[in-house]
Amino acid sequence: MTVSFKGNSSRRAFLKGSLAAGGTLAGVTLAQAEGADPLITEKQPWAQGLGDGVDASPYGLPIQYEGDVIRRNVEWLTADTISSINFSPIHALDGTITPQGCAFERHHSGAIELKKEDYRLMINGLVDQPLVFTYEDLERFPRVNRTYFLECAANTGMEWAGAQLNGAQFTHGMIHNMEYSGVTLRTLLEEAGLDAAGDLTDKWVYVEGADASSNGRSIPMEKALDDCIIAFKANGEALRKEHGYPVRLVVPGWEGNMWVKWIRRIEVMDQAVQSREETSKYTDTLENGTSRKWTWVMDAKSVVTSPSPQAPIRHGHGPLVITGLAWSGRGAITRVDVSKDGGKTWETARLANPGQPMAMTRFYLDTTWKGEEMFLQSRAMDETGYVQPTKTQLRAVRGENSIYHNNCIQTWWVNASGEAENVEVS
Amino acid sequence: MSKYRKLVVGATLAAIFATPALAGKMGLGRAALPEEIAAWDVDVSPDGTGLPEGSGSVEDGEMLFSETCAVCHGEFAEGVDNWPKLAGGRDTLNRKDPLKTVGSYWPYLSTAFDYVHRSMPFGNAQSLSANDTYAIVAYILYSNDLVDDDFVLSSENFLEVEMPNADGFIVDDREVAEKSFWTTPCMSDCKTDVKITMRAAVLDVTPDHSGDETAPEATKEPEKQQKEAEAPAEVRPTMAALDEDLVAKGEKVFKKCKACHQVGDSAKNKTGPILNDIHDRRIGMVDGFKYSKTMAEMGAEGMIWDDANLAAFLSKPKAFVKGTKMSFAGLKKDADIAAITEYLKSVSR
Repeated sequence: MTVSFKGNSSRRAFLKGSLAAGGTLAGVTLAQAEGADPLITEKQPWAQGLGDGVDASPYGLPIQYEGDVIRRNVEWLTADTISSINFSPIHALDGTITPQGCAFERHHSGAIELKKEDYRLMINGLVDQPLVFTYEDLERFPRVNRTYFLECAANTGMEWAGAQLNGAQFTHGMIHNMEYSGVTLRTLLEEAGLDAAGDLTDKWVYVEGADASSNGRSIPMEKALDDCIIAFKANGEALRKEHGYPVRLVVPGWEGNMWVKWIRRIEVMDQAVQSREETSKYTDTLENGTSRKWTWVMDAKSVVTSPSPQAPIRHGHGPLVITGLAWSGRGAITRVDVSKDGGKTWETARLANPGQPMAMTRFYLDTTWKGEEMFLQSRAMDETGYVQPTKTQLRAVRGENSIYHNNCIQTWWVNASGEAENVEVS
Repeated sequence: MSKYRKLVVGATLAAIFATPALAGKMGLGRAALPEEIAAWDVDVSPDGTGLPEGSGSVEDGEMLFSETCAVCHGEFAEGVDNWPKLAGGRDTLNRKDPLKTVGSYWPYLSTAFDYVHRSMPFGNAQSLSANDTYAIVAYILYSNDLVDDDFVLSSENFLEVEMPNADGFIVDDREVAEKSFWTTPCMSDCKTDVKITMRAAVLDVTPDHSGDETAPEATKEPEKQQKEAEAPAEVRPTMAALDEDLVAKGEKVFKKCKACHQVGDSAKNKTGPILNDIHDRRIGMVDGFKYSKTMAEMGAEGMIWDDANLAAFLSKPKAFVKGTKMSFAGLKKDADIAAITEYLKSVSR
């Protein structure tokens, strides 16, 4: 953007224009200080002494004052922390990129420590030449950089039967959004050769990890050749151990369980293995007891991250930024609407940047709050025309036993003091 | 499978300027050897592809299950605490909170074999032979009343076993069943009434550290440190010589504990704490392990893991430490408790 304010006339025109459009500047009365602020009038130690030198922390952590912006666990959810999950502090983040250090973790047999030197990736099955790659080999293939969200299929899964957990971190925090660097799965499959597989339309790729759980999943060949990535960097640096160091699979827009960590084997097959993770888990039981399987795509979804139960309004009346995140496994987010009255009326929020396919989008609603009670909701729309449904709409189709894929509209009840609570409304 | 083809069209444009042009094969990597493929390619498909030769009986499975699985899944596959239940739950899938087990939910027996063989037992995966796996899967079938107690499961009869919920699944039909979600959203007068129908605060199951930004955790630390400082200093009595036979017996019994506890130089805290050097030490003091409240308090009060306390805990863990995180049901035999105590002494020196 190259807006110029050189000439006085253009500046005046700009100010006049904005006043005419909003009219809100007129009548604004600034708060009056009760006395001089000692933070300004008195010399502060940080303005006189010295701070840390370089290398005080060769790999830095957030400053101590941000010490509560961390992943958190809900202990009663699982039997132990080895096969368990925690939640990203989305209520306290802004923008769209999730820092690796607070991006949620989900392990089935714990986060293993696997050296690059000990890493091997095998491709076998219906390929022309079964191959073994080292980590070094992978780095010699042409590389791509892509930003995608990863959402656990169980995100918001505790909310099917009613409002349960009080915080966006806990209701929607099984998600992160990172920029991945790696090699496309297609590149590696073509290196092994797919002529042996014949007609590819009914073929599958089975992927498994090097950890004890193996977490094997079957992926249709069409998806494998479309946009999957064998990734070794996230947000510019090596994957963290908890996210699959040194190499994980990226399956854009599809449920997080398929993004196999520590990926060690890719097998081209003529059928789905129907592994534990694609039959007994990650299948969605409907009200009549029948279950949907192969529900891979994550539907369009959004949540207001602030204000929210962990991020109440503390600043009093006046200007208020309502913000949140939206994403869709079917493509780019095109629009997000926000309601302050529990879904009676909606306003369209501002997208911080145009939506990117299968990546998180940040939205803002710049508004004024006068202490009125609000029932805050957000509603995402994607490029296929899908509109995020209410929980009532979802329950009408699926009942309350689905566990997975709950992408309902979330409601935060904000009271007169600015505190917010997770509620369900009629 | 064409259902999502139309959905990736939007991504194509963005892909144009970022995807590297592929110029045939790169000649990277090396040929995988047959024995390497055999070592890793152990997955089993519903039609039996990948199933190894072998067999195992319900009778053998019962013993194996008791030794290697029951610590989490219960003697009758009924599940301990939050660990998965493997049996029961028939006819519950269309009710509130269905119980999904191998018998009530899993559509293919191959999945059970594949998972047990590849990923179980928890903490010691890939340790079961094909025959052991057949036996354990046979016992799980028996626990679900799907076979008789004299049943022997083998690679021969594997596909004959009928799974009750084999027809209980449909392929994702969201694009049809939820077609109404592709719509034009309402912007005003969308409903007349908005009433609260449920509140999370009433249920009160959110962890209490859920981010009250005014009370960072650092402020709680001094309190804890003080508590530790007040606790009496440890007294370590001189120890008598070890009974080596008993230590050896204890090491065997300790197999039951290995899924959760490690000992030795490279031991790490897992589901349970490291058990090096705990005998005659204060309760709940292993660095970096988050103990239950009760156990932490016992330690803070100065209680130690002497023979009597160990015996009380190991015979009835939940009775001795209310709310303990240890899901183990307890050792029934006094001889086992004596043996394991001796073994723990041996790793405490």
